[in-house]
Amino acid sequence: MSCGCNDHIDPLIPQIAVVKSIRSDTNDVSTFRVEKPEGGKCFDFKPGQCAMVSVPPIGEAIFSITSSPTETEFMEFSIKRCGKVTEFLHNLEVDTEIGVRGPYGNNFPVNEELIGKDLLFIAGGIGLAPLRSVINYVMDNRKDYGKVDIVYGARTSGDLVHRNEIFANWPAGMNTNVHLTVDREEEGWEGNVGFVPNYVKDLKFDTNKVALVCGPPIMIKYVLLGLEELGFKKDQVYTTLELKMKCGIGKCGRCNIGDKYVCKDGPVFRCDEIQQLPDEY
Amino acid sequence: MKKITEEKLPELYSHISQNHDLFVPIDQDDSVNFSLWKDGANVNFDVLKTNTSPKKYIFPQCETFFNFKSEGKKLTIERIKSEEKPYVVFGVRPCDAKSFRLLDNVFLSEPMDRLYEEKRNRGIIVSMGCNEPEDTCFCNSFSILPNSIQEGVDVFTLKLGNKIFWEAISENGVELTNKLSDLLDDVTEGDLKEIEIAKSQVNEKVKELPFSNIDPNEINRDLNELFQSKIWDEISKSCIGCGSCTFVCPTCHCYDIQDYDGNKSGERYRCWDSCMYSEFTLMAHGNPRTTQKERFRQRFMHKLVYYPNNFDEYACVGCGRCVGKCPVNMNITKVIRKLGGENQ
Repeated sequence: MSCGCNDHIDPLIPQIAVVKSIRSDTNDVSTFRVEKPEGGKCFDFKPGQCAMVSVPPIGEAIFSITSSPTETEFMEFSIKRCGKVTEFLHNLEVDTEIGVRGPYGNNFPVNEELIGKDLLFIAGGIGLAPLRSVINYVMDNRKDYGKVDIVYGARTSGDLVHRNEIFANWPAGMNTNVHLTVDREEEGWEGNVGFVPNYVKDLKFDTNKVALVCGPPIMIKYVLLGLEELGFKKDQVYTTLELKMKCGIGKCGRCNIGDKYVCKDGPVFRCDEIQQLPDEY
Repeated sequence: MKKITEEKLPELYSHISQNHDLFVPIDQDDSVNFSLWKDGANVNFDVLKTNTSPKKYIFPQCETFFNFKSEGKKLTIERIKSEEKPYVVFGVRPCDAKSFRLLDNVFLSEPMDRLYEEKRNRGIIVSMGCNEPEDTCFCNSFSILPNSIQEGVDVFTLKLGNKIFWEAISENGVELTNKLSDLLDDVTEGDLKEIEIAKSQVNEKVKELPFSNIDPNEINRDLNELFQSKIWDEISKSCIGCGSCTFVCPTCHCYDIQDYDGNKSGERYRCWDSCMYSEFTLMAHGNPRTTQKERFRQRFMHKLVYYPNNFDEYACVGCGRCVGKCPVNMNITKVIRKLGGENQ
């Protein structure tokens, strides 16, 4: 039996999964492709949801699932090296078994509010990871959505992740534009130079669309202000929040913002919902 | 209703112990704490506040939930088989009995916590009313009367003099009572009268307690207004972040998950944690609660605002353990008063 538990009903027990490939995206970000030992993805999920990745005896950490739910054979996680678990993951060899449990949290409303809308994705750095799941889901169900704009930036061009998609697949998509930016001038870079929030303002998007924003907290903050300047209303903008999590099911008590648990009631929040939360994130 | 005299209690314990693990408040060195009953144990029903609450039987301070082994690239996980022997906790005060229900709200809501659920289902709760509430008791502020039969208890008992009155409440309680029928006597009219008098006396006594005018319902529960209130700066100053209040609290449910590394094999366990600690919310990109003020505010906002917003009840039962344990004499009664939760 591949899984340690009898019937998958204990939410704290991970199932065994195999790391089938590790693709180095940047100096400190790699994308891990994970499957069940017998093949196929570990569980169904919706775009924006998260999973706990376990590497005993180092521990466990929660990551957004970066692959699209339309991908049936595997799940992917784009993970930045920044702590014990992530350091260990980055040093793993292919075909090593790990533990995975989930899915956790809510999702971007791809089959509700986003249907039929023009979509504006705004990501910074590793913040593309959760949005990539949505973007690829949209690409696989392209006729259900309107125009797609993707604004993506990083410190340097070397820090941009999912290069195949941002440079080739997505720009080739129907009615889809990708706008890339890096923080500082660099040789050979032909895209925009400047921070994501300023670039969003420069691009002067019309407000007849829904914006999905993900990135470092400081970027999110200024992007939201920028969108407001462009005339976006708070209920047209979705973003994700991130806090320390252990259980993933709203019980261990550490990811709350006010009376909401980010692991259970989030990570996806509409900005008018965020406005109701106390300022502690 | 049945009764038993104090002298015959060891026989009752012994009888219950045949098929159950029996936990009772036992005198240990300087404190009274719920522990496994063994022949000759010094059972103490006079001290109301056991050192820690009996929540440890449904939510242990530390529990391993799976073993793991990694060999080469292979990982195996083996869930710890749950204990099957039923247990009885005898002497759970109404405040603590209520806390079980408050923990149920958290752990038994979907997705259900299986570790908690199996312990909860295996236990029989024999509650015991209080006749002599202590100065640090304020259960009344949370609408818990010292002699009340809380939802979810299986048997309710009351100790008057050397008599212990015994009333089966649930099906499990009836079943246990039937097994003990040889040891239990019927009550008389006189006994029932005695109980009535004791109940009304204690209800009067709680009105005279030092904290009796504390009333959380008087707090204006506007989340953001309370969150931004200036009072947190002032009242959190003395808090040293030791976490004692969280460890003795019957309703605190925060926990940590850790791996014990036994060189390629090991255990994953969870253990109580405290929102009063600086590392509680620390993550790679920073910490949303960097000061003790923020951590202090979190604990009390959770008990008085966040939890009630989610479950329509306060996450405090007025047991008063934190009042006695805080090394700097700060506690929830002072916080409630500062927030305006006081009857004039």
